[in-house]
Amino acid sequence: MKLLRQLIYPLLAVAAAFLVGSIFILLIGDDPIETYSLLIGSALSWPDGIGYTLFYATPLIFTGLAVAVAFRCGLLNIGAEGQLIAAAFATAWAGITFAGLPAWILIPLCCLAAMGTGAVWAGVPGVLRARFGAHEVITTIMMNFIAVALASYFTQYHYKKEGDAILETVPIGESGHIARFGKFLPGFPERIPLNLAFVLALVACVLVWIFLWRTRWGYEIRATGANPAAAAYGGISTARQIVLAMAVSGGLAGMVGIGEVLGYRYRYYDGFSAGYGFTGIAVALLGRNHPVGVLLAALLFGAFLRGALFVDIFTEHVSKDLVLVLQGVIILFVASEALFRGRAARLARGKV
Amino acid sequence: MIELRNITKRFGNVLANDRVSLKVEPGTVHAIVGENGAGKSTAMRIAYGFYSADSGDILVDGVAQRIASPQDAISRHIGMVHQHFMLVETMTVAENIVLGAEPGSAAALDLKGAEAQVRRLSEELGLAVDPRAPISELSVGQQQRVELLKALYRQARLLILDEPTAVLTPQEVAELFAILRRMREQGKTIVIITHKLSEVLELSDNVTVMRDGKVVGQPLKTKETNAAELARLMVGRDVLLRVEKKAAQPGDTVLQVQDLKVTAADRTRRLDGVSFTVRAGEIVGVAGVEGNGQTELIEALAGLVPAARTSGSIRLAGDDISSLDARQRKERGIAHIPEDRHRRGLLLDFDLAENSILGVQRSRPMAVGPGGVWLDEAAIHQRAERIVHDFDVRPPNIALPARSLSGGNQQKLIIGRELDLHPRLLLVAQPTRGVDIGAIEFIHRQILALRDGGCAVLLVSAELEEVTALADRLLVLHQGKIVREVDPARTTTAEIGLLMTGGSPA
Repeated sequence: MKLLRQLIYPLLAVAAAFLVGSIFILLIGDDPIETYSLLIGSALSWPDGIGYTLFYATPLIFTGLAVAVAFRCGLLNIGAEGQLIAAAFATAWAGITFAGLPAWILIPLCCLAAMGTGAVWAGVPGVLRARFGAHEVITTIMMNFIAVALASYFTQYHYKKEGDAILETVPIGESGHIARFGKFLPGFPERIPLNLAFVLALVACVLVWIFLWRTRWGYEIRATGANPAAAAYGGISTARQIVLAMAVSGGLAGMVGIGEVLGYRYRYYDGFSAGYGFTGIAVALLGRNHPVGVLLAALLFGAFLRGALFVDIFTEHVSKDLVLVLQGVIILFVASEALFRGRAARLARGKV
Repeated sequence: MIELRNITKRFGNVLANDRVSLKVEPGTVHAIVGENGAGKSTAMRIAYGFYSADSGDILVDGVAQRIASPQDAISRHIGMVHQHFMLVETMTVAENIVLGAEPGSAAALDLKGAEAQVRRLSEELGLAVDPRAPISELSVGQQQRVELLKALYRQARLLILDEPTAVLTPQEVAELFAILRRMREQGKTIVIITHKLSEVLELSDNVTVMRDGKVVGQPLKTKETNAAELARLMVGRDVLLRVEKKAAQPGDTVLQVQDLKVTAADRTRRLDGVSFTVRAGEIVGVAGVEGNGQTELIEALAGLVPAARTSGSIRLAGDDISSLDARQRKERGIAHIPEDRHRRGLLLDFDLAENSILGVQRSRPMAVGPGGVWLDEAAIHQRAERIVHDFDVRPPNIALPARSLSGGNQQKLIIGRELDLHPRLLLVAQPTRGVDIGAIEFIHRQILALRDGGCAVLLVSAELEEVTALADRLLVLHQGKIVREVDPARTTTAEIGLLMTGGSPA
């Protein structure tokens, strides 16, 4: 019952978005039903559809969790994008620098580099917020620019293969590769880049849930987000919780680098992120800042990304930008739901 | 003047008003009393057109009327002053008063004329409100007068006041009552919604008692009733209005405060060299007009004021604790019931179980494992169930969010949580603010039982009756200083009131 009530608004928002989207499709001059069945069918076909949907969903699960954890502490982490870029570069750096090491050392080392860099990249705005009250929305955005510029610079001038026209680093050591599903899943082609990072993302969902609702740290983070004055009254150092929440958030965002570098391209590729950090905000919003919701929302958005390519190619007029319209409308509806609920709550409070 | 006949109103599956009938005679002050949630405000909001009734009639001057909106009510000369004022802070008094009924043409607002009219109205009643003052510069009491003027400007003959004294100091209450009496002399009719019996008896001509959405008993003449009868009607059983307590048996000194100074964030001195002691087994009360340093005193003792803004020494059973943070002080046995339960005391969106461990989230048995990192669900639920049961929190469902509880039950949850610590020292501020009569009695008994068990209690309350009834010794605070310590049993309220305002009885 409780779960149903949690799900009803997001589901309504998605349904409403499809409805609004169909108006656009009609205006553009295509058949909505045909377009949608193309979108959904291509995202759910076996093995390519499912494989790519899960592959696209993987980074969104990480960024969605990242935004959700920060939000539970009352913080808006707009900087997941910069955190994951810095982290992906650090992952590649570790994979290149320690290329000779065996897998059982190199892979954990690269993962640590990813999470650590993400945590530091988000921790800096966390400290600035906790110590000086600098708003994290501003500082995380600024950290995004720094991450993008630094990663490009180091790639271009220090880690690029001589004469390579593409802005990417040299490959990492082969012992740093993590397995694609095709390696161990019979009948699943290895050309599909879905890799173990997806399993890691599922584990992260569980761990985030445990962290937030079963540990004292999570309790103190959520208390800080829910009511800082009451948290202070409960003996909680809100400044410390802010730094902790940002670091955990950044660490989660940084895990995008694991899938990207160790599981997909085996190098740092400049501009690899299709705005995962920003889509993560939408994922967290739609998923109600809960790991289960984040997982479901990321799967939906992953399916959108997969289906968009087919809509682009096989419809007459509609382009892949359709899914951006759908995402946008979903967020509008989810956001206005908060407005609606706020109003309902006010009415309820005033009725005594 | 106005009559409600069989008004019924449902919110979802809550019956807020169940065939409510009441008649307000012209030129009288009519009090509507009842506990929180009894349906008083709902009935009056229906009369003001804020809600529409599911069934029933409203009669104005004996004629059935349809009042579908506040505009309808205003056009029938009905005005309402809400508990939370509806004023635009940045605008002046006159601008606020004419808002929605601006004089002059659409293009040219006749503010001069409005100011003159506001000044005239204000002088007629002796309100002393400057029409040109911005709202943000007015005290709460003055803002309330602006609300009154707003209704009068719209030619209200019937004024409904929802809990008008909840936000006022004792002096402001006295002034408000004088104003309301003058208005009655001028022929206005006044309906006052309250849960404070002393106010009903002091001001009103007639009383209607409500309980659980219904009118209880017959309409009463104030002269022919008394506090005990009203309390019984409100709660549905006999209520002990007087606090009965044994003589205190003070033991060792638990809290010793020496020359405590607190500076606010805006660098003004809020507490200016306060020294006192509290011994085990006694309640030391702090009386004072709100804003004279009580809040800062409690927060400084609880460890909630940054160390940089305090000076002086705080000793708990001999140990200097002034450098300890809030959690360390709690661990040393200081419990704290904060004055504002929504801002400080509760995580409103968290369930009762999670609220029941706020402050002890790092202690066993709630926190287990290395460093107390894991929260033990079973232990938390056990603690929450114990508090909910021992302190009669209703509804006794620990999975509900704290927000869904009534004020009295929220307060009982906080008190239960703090008393479950078995503290050496209890800091308690405004323990019964916004709490039903039935719960007040319970809370007072709990505080006294704690004292008799040997706990030291420091009590701050804006309700003078409450501090004088509970405290064994009383400190009067004025402008951040203790002006005198008095024996509450041998001092009259008038004397204490005088000390509170900086005067000095002979």
